[in-house]
Amino acid sequence: MSKGRINLVHIYPREMSIYGDLGNTRCLASRLRWHGYEAVVHQHHPGTEFPEDAHLVVGGGGQDSGQARVEADLERNGDRLKALAADGTPMLMICGMYQLFGNAFITVEGRSLPGLGILDVTTRGNAKRMIGPVVLDTEFGEVVGYENHSGSTVLGEGQKPFGTVRSGMGNNGTDQTEGATTGNVFGSYLHGPILPANPAFADALIARAVERATGRAFEPGTPDDTLADQARLRQVRRLVG
Amino acid sequence: MLRTSVAVAAGKAARAASRLRGGGSALPGLVVERVDPAFLAHALADLPRGIIVVSGTNGKTTTTKMLAAILREHGLRVFTNPTGSNFTRGVISSMIPEIHLGGRLDADVAVLELDEAHALKFAAAVRPTHSLLLNVARDQLDRFAEIDHTAQLLAQLAEQTTGGVVLNIDDSFVARIRDRVADGVEVRYFGVDPSISERLPELMEADVRFEDDWAAPSPTDGDGLLKPADERSFEVRFGAEGVVGPVELRQRGLAAMINATAATTTAKMLLGQDFREASTVAALQKVQPPFGRGEIIDADGQPLELVLVKNPAGFTVALGTYGSTPVASMVAINDNYADGRDVSWLYDVSFESLRERGVAITSGVRAYDMALRLQYDDVAVEEVEPDLDKALERFLTAYPDEPKRIFCTYTAMMALRRDLAARYGLANFGEDPQ
Repeated sequence: MSKGRINLVHIYPREMSIYGDLGNTRCLASRLRWHGYEAVVHQHHPGTEFPEDAHLVVGGGGQDSGQARVEADLERNGDRLKALAADGTPMLMICGMYQLFGNAFITVEGRSLPGLGILDVTTRGNAKRMIGPVVLDTEFGEVVGYENHSGSTVLGEGQKPFGTVRSGMGNNGTDQTEGATTGNVFGSYLHGPILPANPAFADALIARAVERATGRAFEPGTPDDTLADQARLRQVRRLVG
Repeated sequence: MLRTSVAVAAGKAARAASRLRGGGSALPGLVVERVDPAFLAHALADLPRGIIVVSGTNGKTTTTKMLAAILREHGLRVFTNPTGSNFTRGVISSMIPEIHLGGRLDADVAVLELDEAHALKFAAAVRPTHSLLLNVARDQLDRFAEIDHTAQLLAQLAEQTTGGVVLNIDDSFVARIRDRVADGVEVRYFGVDPSISERLPELMEADVRFEDDWAAPSPTDGDGLLKPADERSFEVRFGAEGVVGPVELRQRGLAAMINATAATTTAKMLLGQDFREASTVAALQKVQPPFGRGEIIDADGQPLELVLVKNPAGFTVALGTYGSTPVASMVAINDNYADGRDVSWLYDVSFESLRERGVAITSGVRAYDMALRLQYDDVAVEEVEPDLDKALERFLTAYPDEPKRIFCTYTAMMALRRDLAARYGLANFGEDPQ
C-alpha cells in the first residue's frame, strides 16, 4: 500500500543533464519507493506542456549549446517555476540550471543573460575552469560531489549558501560558499551526482515533497544506506583527512 | 641535423635510464622535444605512404592496431605508437629505439593513435596526410569540458589534413566535419549497413545529439558499411566496389566490428589500386585484442575477459556486447587523471543487464561509489574491496571453475593487467606481440 504519490519533474533531461545528473532523478524516484511512496517521473522537454501538480523539480548542468536550447522554454515557464518556488515546492538545480535560476549570467564578453531570479546569485563567465572533487559542510551534514564549471557565482546580500567549502572551489573559489538556498529551492555546482552519496540531503527534499503531495508529515522507511555512507565518508577522508 | 642527432642521442640515453628504473615512460620523448622541437616533423617527413592519425573518443587503440596490421599485410613497413602513448611525447618516445642518429624514421607509413587534444598539437608540428575520426562521446569532461569542444578539436584536425579524411557517417558530430575539409582532400565514410541501423543506439549517446536541420549523407561506393553475420563475423560492403569478408575477429561485439570497418575503409582509401581484400581479411583475423580491450586471459584454465570502460558510451557498448553471456563479474573503478576524475558518468550507464547474475565484487578507489550505483539498478553486489590486488585474489579464488569478466577503468586495468601478467606469465605492457 503506497503512502502517497509524488510527481517528480526533471526539467530538460536531454539538454541539461550532462555529468550524470540523471542520477539525482533516479535516486529520488528509488528512495521514494524505498520509503513506501509512489514516484511518478515526468521529463519536461523544451516546447512541451509543463506538468500539473509538480511536487519536486530537478534540473542539471549542460553544455553552452544545451543552455541556448532551453532558453525560450525557460522564459515561457518562468512564471510557473517562480510561483512553484514561492509556494514552497522543493527544487534541486545543479550547475547550468543553478546559474539559470539566478539573476543573470554575465558572459566573458560582458553580455548579460537574464535568469529566473529565484535565487539571488549572479554568475560571471570566467577564463579559468573550476574542476575537481568537493567536500561541503551543510545543514544536512557533510556533502560530497564533483564540480566542473567556468562560471563564477557571487551571492546577493542576505542570500544563504547551500554549504561551506571544506575542499574544492565552490561558488567562486574565494569566499568558501557553495551553492545557494532560498525556501525549499537549492542550487549547487555539485555533480557526483549529488544525491546518491548524500542521502540525508535527498531525504530532506523528499520530506518536503511528501508534505506537499500528501498534506501529511514524511513517514520514512528504512533504506540501507551503508554503501552511500561508505562512498561519502571515504571521499571526505581522502579530501579533508 | 646536429641538433637532431643530439636530441636522438639524448632520447636514447633517457630511454636507457628509464628502462633501468623499470619504467617505459614518456620521459625520452620529453627530452627529445626539449632538445629539438622540430624533431617530430623531421622524423616523419617524406614517409612515402604518409602519416595517418586516428582520433576520437572510443576505439582508437583497437582501430590503430587493425589498420597497422592491414597495411603490414600489404607489405608496408609501418611505424605505430603502442597502446596508451597517445600524446606527442609518447609518440616520440616510441620512435627512439627505431630511429638512426640522423633522425629519420625507417618506415613507409606512420599510423598514430592520438588523443583528441594532442592530435591538434601533433598537427601543428606535422600535418597528417590522412585522418580517421571515429566518434565523439562524453569522456573525461574534466579535461575537455564540453562535447561540442571535443567535436571542434576533431574538425580542426580534419582541416589540417592534406590527403584524405575518413569520417563516421553515423555520428552526427563526426559526419558533419565533412563541411570543414579543405577542397581537394578526399572524404570517405564508414558506418553500419542500413539493415542493422536499429543497433546504432548501442553505439551512440542519443541523449546529447540533436537533429537540427542536418541529415546524414548517403554513402557512396568508396564508403565501407558494416554488415554483421553474428557476434564475431561480418562483411564490410563498399557499394559497387565490392565486399571485404567474411571476417571473423578474435574480439567480440559490434564495437570491434565498427573499428574493423573504419580501419578497412581507411586502408582502402590509402592503398587505392594496391588494396587487396584477401590480405585485409587475413590481417584482421590475426589481430589480437589490445591489452584490456576485450583481451582474454587464461586464468587457471578458465577464460578471464578484461574489458576497459572509460565513458558512458563505451560502458554501454561493453554491457551490450557481453550481456548476452552473463558470467562472474568484477567492476574496478579508479578516478586518477587517466581514468577521468569525475565518476558521475556511471549514472549515465544502465546496468540492468548485470541484474540476473549480480556482481561478485566491486573494487578500485571508487569501489563503494560503484556498488552504490549498482544498488540503484537493483544489481546485487556480493563484496566491496577497494584494494585491487585483494579484490582480484578473492575474485579468482571464489570463482575458480567458470569464465570471469572484469570491467575496469584505465589505471585499474593497468594495475590488474600487471598482476595478471605476473600470475599467469603474460607478456608485459608495451610488449604486445604484433
